[in-house]
Amino acid sequence: MAQLIDRRPNAKGKSTVNRQRFLRRYKKQIKKAISDQISERSITNIDSGESVSIPTRDISEPTFRNDQGGVREGVFPGNKEFAQGDRIKRPEGGGGGQGRRASDSGEGEDDFVFEISKDEYLDMLFDDLELPNLQKNQLKKMTKSKTVRAGFTNDGVPSNINIVRSLRSALSRRVAMGAEPRRRLRELEAELQALEQEVGSDQNRLLELRDEIEHLRKRIHNIPFIDTFDLRFNNFVQRPEPTSQAVMFCLMDVSGSMDQETKDIAKRFYILLYLFLTRSYKDVDVVYIRHHTQAKEVDEEEFFYSRETGGTIVSSALELTRDIIAQRYPPTDWNIYAAQASDGDNWNDDSPVCEQILAKQVLPQLRYYAYVEITRRDHQGLWSHYENLLETHDNFAMQHIREHEDIYPVFREFFRKQTQ
Amino acid sequence: MSKPISTGGEWTFELIEQYLAEIENIAEDFSLDTYPNQIELITAEQMLDAYASVGMPIGYSHWSFGKHFIKNEQQYRRGHMGLAYEIVINSNPCIAYLMEENTMMMQALVIAHASFGHNSFFKGNYLFRAWTDAEAIIDYLVFAKRFISECEERYGIDDVENLLDSCHALQNHGVDRYKRPYPVSMREERERMKEREAYLQSQVNDLWHKTVPKKEAAEEEEKQQNFPQEPQENILYFVEKNAPLLEPWQREIVRIVRKIGQYFYPQRQTQVMNEGWACFWHYHIMNELYDRGKVTDGFMLEFIQSHTNVVSQPDFDSQYFSGINPYALGYAMMMDIKRICSNPDEEDRRWFPDIAGSNWQETLDFAMRNFKDESFISQFLSPRLIRDFKLFSILDDEEQSELEVTSIHNDAGYQHIRQSLSNQYNLSMNEPNIQVYNVDIRGDRSLTLRHVPHNNVPLADTSSEVLKHLHRLWGFGIKLETLDQDGEFVKVEECAA
Repeated sequence: MAQLIDRRPNAKGKSTVNRQRFLRRYKKQIKKAISDQISERSITNIDSGESVSIPTRDISEPTFRNDQGGVREGVFPGNKEFAQGDRIKRPEGGGGGQGRRASDSGEGEDDFVFEISKDEYLDMLFDDLELPNLQKNQLKKMTKSKTVRAGFTNDGVPSNINIVRSLRSALSRRVAMGAEPRRRLRELEAELQALEQEVGSDQNRLLELRDEIEHLRKRIHNIPFIDTFDLRFNNFVQRPEPTSQAVMFCLMDVSGSMDQETKDIAKRFYILLYLFLTRSYKDVDVVYIRHHTQAKEVDEEEFFYSRETGGTIVSSALELTRDIIAQRYPPTDWNIYAAQASDGDNWNDDSPVCEQILAKQVLPQLRYYAYVEITRRDHQGLWSHYENLLETHDNFAMQHIREHEDIYPVFREFFRKQTQ
Repeated sequence: MSKPISTGGEWTFELIEQYLAEIENIAEDFSLDTYPNQIELITAEQMLDAYASVGMPIGYSHWSFGKHFIKNEQQYRRGHMGLAYEIVINSNPCIAYLMEENTMMMQALVIAHASFGHNSFFKGNYLFRAWTDAEAIIDYLVFAKRFISECEERYGIDDVENLLDSCHALQNHGVDRYKRPYPVSMREERERMKEREAYLQSQVNDLWHKTVPKKEAAEEEEKQQNFPQEPQENILYFVEKNAPLLEPWQREIVRIVRKIGQYFYPQRQTQVMNEGWACFWHYHIMNELYDRGKVTDGFMLEFIQSHTNVVSQPDFDSQYFSGINPYALGYAMMMDIKRICSNPDEEDRRWFPDIAGSNWQETLDFAMRNFKDESFISQFLSPRLIRDFKLFSILDDEEQSELEVTSIHNDAGYQHIRQSLSNQYNLSMNEPNIQVYNVDIRGDRSLTLRHVPHNNVPLADTSSEVLKHLHRLWGFGIKLETLDQDGEFVKVEECAA
């Protein structure tokens, strides 16, 4: 008799292991494909996965096979006009229904294209990267606390009574307190029994024994079932917790010299940074600050797309950053990151001011400050003043981007795992 | 007339059970001999999973299965590929998967096709009987999966993966075509595994110990001898038994891949027959259901439409042509045999004196049991069928600028077409003939393979990659020689130690 089984509730994804094996094996190729694609990726759909393409040749499984050529005979259906002995021109390219398998010929090797999920994509993207100085700072600035269990205590509030523990210690106390009288009781009872059976025994001794037995029984009976001494309470303590919230400051120059393409590069960089931060922190706030001669906090849309003209004073943005941190993001509660994108232009007298503000007021509050200069020209004053900061502050980093292709390598350079 | 079992398209478990019982009755009346059936309902995703593991319910982990899974999933998502309606496994009990998307008619069709058609073929056909052990295959797969994952834990995923890659490259060369193998059996495997490990290693050591030179004269004599004495076509088996440097666990993995390859070997040789047989029986069972009043006219119309799709053969110049459809050819041949038995004409009596007019059920049963595609076609392809399919044969000689039509469907061509089509299903003509010829046991221990081309068909350039894989297994140099036009073996490829 046949058996009918409903397998639908069984877990799907039996192939997940094999799929991961595949990704694992071709990690190198996939990572290469991803870094090739990162500059073309649309910046708005950060939530989607990615389609990856690797050359078919790399993933082929070779076997001994026959090649084209030699003498072959094949049988085909649907003869209409051929007669025996007819000669036909060889069809070109192995097609034309002559049964040649193009896939075997080694021609027309398409790339193997497949989708990876968002998580897999990010894993590959940020593989081997880490947030610098993360651990050290966290230990220093543990401020939030969390209530955790910490064993048991002998006193506490009634709501924390641990019933099992309390009853267990009550039981052991009862056993301990009753052990001696019980042993004595057994002895006396045995003696009493012996005396009673004996003819002409000592009546006084008998009375004495009965009294004492009575007394012992009372004693055993009076051992309390539970005592305050038995009570055990669940113990809780406060343990400091590293904060898991982060804020990211995006600073960008929107003066006349920044064209849309430069902004686009900056935006891609910010998005990478944002994605990277979301992997370490549950909630990431983003603060957008744009500046020309004055700085202003704006929303995302305005930050990337509105256009301004005029000169550039970078320090205005740094001051605004400092003020916002003071007002809204106390460094004790927040992990603060900042990234500044600029084409390197600044009003000449302002660059030393920037260096001062950063060194004295901003950098000490930050986890990490990344400066990217997006320009094809030579570096200007701001760069050289910032270079001074490199030596004195290890949470400051700067890189130079020329074109789209540089974004991902530069990003990796910022967050490369430090080997210590 | 009894009432139809169902009228709508939706299926339920109760309905499937009723159909199953009814089909079982019919199959019994047709005296189909089957393994017990186990029918499992699965979702489309699970079907994709099953695809990746060649339909096996359990398999060891390997990236190549992941690759196939990704490929299939991709094609399915984009609508380039429909899923098969069913997958059936040669095991006892015979496991068949039905997809939940199927209509009631489709479920009944799949039950008739897989659980009774394929099932009886697995049980009856001589190749399956000789090469596979339906009782033990599931257990063996469980054993293989566990063994390989233990090896991964002990020796690292990379080592195991590389070894499997190399074995897979040679999996098609892991069968003895002409020797009768021992069927895979799980119980004995486990019992003998330990023993075998020790024994194998001692054998290997033995072989190489013997190579310590003794006397000059004896050496001269021995030099003339080849090892192996006869060329060996089963390369994986040769590696398993003789590779000098493999650890016991590596030998066991070679064996697992070889055994699983062997399990699939009969399926590759009986595609036309297997599908033809299953189609023949689903056609008869469904019609019988209709004749007994169990199904409605609508059900039958739906059935006939899918049936026709399955057994249609596009012409060679059609855009849908992709070779000869094994379902179409197999089904047509089975139906034709039935016709020859029950209603033979003068031509049939001339061509098939033995079976014309005989009992069709017995004749078909005989054919199912004792043939494989190659011999089945050369025995039973009738002139009428050649005419129906309008078969013609084309000779493609690379030294000629044109193709030649060697035969068409006329009196002069029947025999030739029959032979030519039969050859098309002869695995040994379609796979390169490569054998282990010699091991230089007295010298650098290199292994020499010999390739004998059939009709001058050259080897594809993948062979150098395969040699690298074989080199990984063997541990010493590999040479590949091929027979050239002058009848001499020349070295075409070498993978140095």
